[in-house]
Amino acid sequence: MGERTPTLRARGLTKVYRTGEVEVHALRGLDLVLETGELVVLLGPSGSGKSTLLNILGGLDTATGGEAWFLDHELSKLDDAGLTRYRREHVGFVFQFYNLIPSLTAVENVALVTEIARNPMAPDEALRLVGLGERLHHFPAQLSGGEQQRVAIARAIAKRPDILLCDEPTGALDSQTGILVLEAIERIHEELGTSTVLITHNAVIADMADRVLVMGDGRVHEERRNATRRPARELTW
Amino acid sequence: MNRPLYMKLVRDLWRLRGQVLAIALVMASGIAVLVMSLTTVESLEETAIAYYERYGFAQVFAQVERAPEHLRDRMREIPGVRAVETRVVHTAVLDIDGFDEPVIGKLVSVPERTEARLNRLALRQGRMPRLGAPDEAVLNEPFAQSHHLEVGDKLRAVINGRWRILTVVGIALSPEYVYAIGPGALMPDDKRFGVLWMGHEALQAAFDLDGAFNDASLTLLRGTNPEGVVERVDRLLAGYGGVGAYAQADQLSNWFLMSEIAQHRKLSTILPTIFLAVAAFLLHMVMGRLIAVERSEIGLLKAFGYRNRDIALHYTRFVLGIGLVGVALGWFIGYWLGLYHTRLYAEFYHFPFLNFRPSAQSFLLAALVSLGAALIGALGAVREAAALPPAQAMQPPAPPMFRKTVLGRLGFVERLDQPTRILLRQIGRWPVRSFFTAAGIAMSVAVLVTSMQWLDAINHMVDVYFLDAQGQDLSVSFGQARSSEVVRDLARLPGVMSVEPMRSVAAKVRSGWHEEREAIQGLPANQALYRVYDAKGRALALPPEGVVISTMLAKMLGVDVGDRITVEVLEGRRPVFEVPVVETFETYIGSPAYMEIGALDRLMRERPSVTAVHLRIDSRYRDRLFRELKNTPSITAVTVREAAVQTFRDTMAQTIMIFISFFIVFACTLAFGVTYNAARISLSERGRELATLRVLGFTRAEISYILLGEVALLTFVALPLGCLIGYGLASMLVRAFETELYRVPMVILATTYGWAIAIGLAATAVSALLVRRRVDRLDLIAVLKTRE
Ligand SMILES: Nc1ncnc2c1ncn2[C@@H]1O[C@H](COP(=O)(O)OP(=O)(O)O)[C@@H](O)[C@H]1O
Ligand SMILES: [Mg+2]
Repeated sequence: MGERTPTLRARGLTKVYRTGEVEVHALRGLDLVLETGELVVLLGPSGSGKSTLLNILGGLDTATGGEAWFLDHELSKLDDAGLTRYRREHVGFVFQFYNLIPSLTAVENVALVTEIARNPMAPDEALRLVGLGERLHHFPAQLSGGEQQRVAIARAIAKRPDILLCDEPTGALDSQTGILVLEAIERIHEELGTSTVLITHNAVIADMADRVLVMGDGRVHEERRNATRRPARELTW
Repeated sequence: MNRPLYMKLVRDLWRLRGQVLAIALVMASGIAVLVMSLTTVESLEETAIAYYERYGFAQVFAQVERAPEHLRDRMREIPGVRAVETRVVHTAVLDIDGFDEPVIGKLVSVPERTEARLNRLALRQGRMPRLGAPDEAVLNEPFAQSHHLEVGDKLRAVINGRWRILTVVGIALSPEYVYAIGPGALMPDDKRFGVLWMGHEALQAAFDLDGAFNDASLTLLRGTNPEGVVERVDRLLAGYGGVGAYAQADQLSNWFLMSEIAQHRKLSTILPTIFLAVAAFLLHMVMGRLIAVERSEIGLLKAFGYRNRDIALHYTRFVLGIGLVGVALGWFIGYWLGLYHTRLYAEFYHFPFLNFRPSAQSFLLAALVSLGAALIGALGAVREAAALPPAQAMQPPAPPMFRKTVLGRLGFVERLDQPTRILLRQIGRWPVRSFFTAAGIAMSVAVLVTSMQWLDAINHMVDVYFLDAQGQDLSVSFGQARSSEVVRDLARLPGVMSVEPMRSVAAKVRSGWHEEREAIQGLPANQALYRVYDAKGRALALPPEGVVISTMLAKMLGVDVGDRITVEVLEGRRPVFEVPVVETFETYIGSPAYMEIGALDRLMRERPSVTAVHLRIDSRYRDRLFRELKNTPSITAVTVREAAVQTFRDTMAQTIMIFISFFIVFACTLAFGVTYNAARISLSERGRELATLRVLGFTRAEISYILLGEVALLTFVALPLGCLIGYGLASMLVRAFETELYRVPMVILATTYGWAIAIGLAATAVSALLVRRRVDRLDLIAVLKTRE
């Protein structure tokens, strides 16, 4: 694995937000490598720059300085259209607040992505993968929080992305439902071999990762590798 | 199209159906007025042209005293002339059973041996007059209808001083008398004026015009300039008492018809512009809000790899969706209004047929203009959506910045209760939107003021023109100038209390290269009955020398007080003289020129003569007087003032009331659309805030107050603004409607403002009530649970 080009690399990433007079340094020279097929959990207190990093890696935002690479494409060199193509073809996102389109049913929310992807799976197949084969035609308002989040996961992976980026996917859920969602992510990671970055501030979740990065103050403070990954089903908090 | 996005589009349109409909209705109003006006104009024009062509309506007309028949060939030799018809045309007093007042008939000859070359009749019933039956007549249909005369009926007429009994053999319409206006009248009055077609040879004999004619009409070869022909005809007929030839454009009936169509055309631009502008603004507001609500969805779509243009396209489709609902409604309403309206006009004009085949063009134009306006309105919002950076869009928007306003610093806000404070800050927070909401409501009030202003204006015109200015009960006119002895004769008739002479002289007035046909009217220096009256209500004394002309004529001639104008008289000895303009005055109707009657007689180099006498009568002797007048030969018109007022009112009301009622409905949709959307948007933006307040213990009424109080406050600002804009709009329309015949005065009564405000308030209240129902049903749990 080590010989191959990593899926994502970042070197010396900085991000400065300017709001009027105030400058916020969200990232301060961050280095990172995501190997192909790896599941990385990103820990860190609120405001440490996790979402900022994820947004840059996912091509939602651009860094102020430093470099970010996807395979051998330098993300920081892509323009808006290039980033859009990158997101469309390679990245799947899952967010804390599900962000489903309320006026579309579960299967339509997934189709929203498969319609523009190159080699997608069928929307109902993606929903079956996350255990929602029975809920295809429900609107978001008719689904529980956990179910909504699983629709969001199905939507993220239906295009068979190279990278799955999850920003606090369990943040709004109770532990039982949270574990169901994590199981779905785990299953996708195993069955499709998707490189996955999962943000959380729940340290327990770190046990399901190949590798854990702890962020603080816009940098990676600490890195550790788990000898074995614990299945999501066994986590409790 | 991407199916999920399509589903989203359809469902979002359905979810926002209230607002979609409100905007679509405003757009539809604009489209409907546009389609209605365009199709009406198109149909009337097409019908008129087809009518003119099918029945050979002449293009040049001339009247003479008496000209020998052989002049017809001379006229035909004028280059560009295609056909010439010579006729005998004369007025006669008619006596119709069951109608006291004398009726004026215009007798027009038609050839007995052949079909008429020009100005043919559309025979509706019966047949044409036969040779050797000199008492057969064909009646103008509206005239026949208003007196219930049918084929076979008889009527009495004084023809050249002798009573004759005429038999109705046919009923017809003519392109020459679409508007049948009697001599001296302003409006058609089918009871008191009618056209009768009789055999040419019969009329020649009756009026001692054997081998001669007194009326000529010509048609021209394609591409011939009528002005040149008019001049040649004038020169040819000058020696035979010609009073000036004129082209079709100046023919009375056609002139009326065309100015009416022109007014419609003007209307087709002004009002739709207002409606479409408001619709554009509403779309701007609603799309801005929709995109704010869907911020995170937009961010999400972008996160998935949807391109900026996909997003722009999606929201453009949303706008077009609303637009298409508006277009469909507008087309539908516009088509029916156009048809209804055209039919109404066709009936009013008595067209023998109607071409209502609106072209696709009008509809396409309306759709393009309105969709264009919609897209322009939504452009900003759509652009904003496309440009939203995805990472930012995913985050909830920062709470809007509220600042202490000037009012706050004055310590004024501190003394108000909390809900009122929230309400005022909300307006201060969105000043532009608040302004547009107020402007939208103001526009609807303005449309109401403008449309209802017409009634005030007509009443004012009637008051000034007929009631204040004219003190006579009755006017008697003669075809040719009569010795002023006739004034004394009339004064001796039973019931006549006072008399006043008037002399009207056909003339061309000139200044520099400006030339107008305008009769010079002679009146006593100080008139007691028929007064020269300024629009401001000032009676004018006529100076011993020089003319007093209307400001309209002064404008047409480009002259001012102190300038001299040339008068070329077209009758009698045809003198040409120069006179100074002594004074000008404002008048609503026509472009008259007055002169002291004695001065006019002197310039004419004639003994004192009159063409009309104004009478004041004792109403107890009315019937006797009418009987006497019917027996007076050479009278060409008897105008009863009261009847003239009535016809004027009726005619104006007929056409204008229809418009007013349309506009009241449209203005209501405007007010409704604006307030409903404003309140709905506030509700959507502040649902969370309002629900939180409810949780904190505020009552439903207080919540409604915060939300609807804002609309109410804006409405109260809007009402006076609307009255102001209405005034401006009315003066714009009044100017647009100004014709040489009449100018609608700019008069708006307080009650009109009152009604406009009341109707505007009612429309606003209805939409507020609809929103209020939503506020009452506000689901506290659901609102607090969702993120946005
Ligand atoms: N759009 C933004 N504008 C200004 N500051 C921002 C913006 N997004 C994030 N920040 C700031 O950047 C820092 C890092 O934020 P974020 O990456 O969201 O942290 P985390 O996800 O770890 O909680 C925080 O201090 C946050 O306030
Ligand atoms: Mg975060």
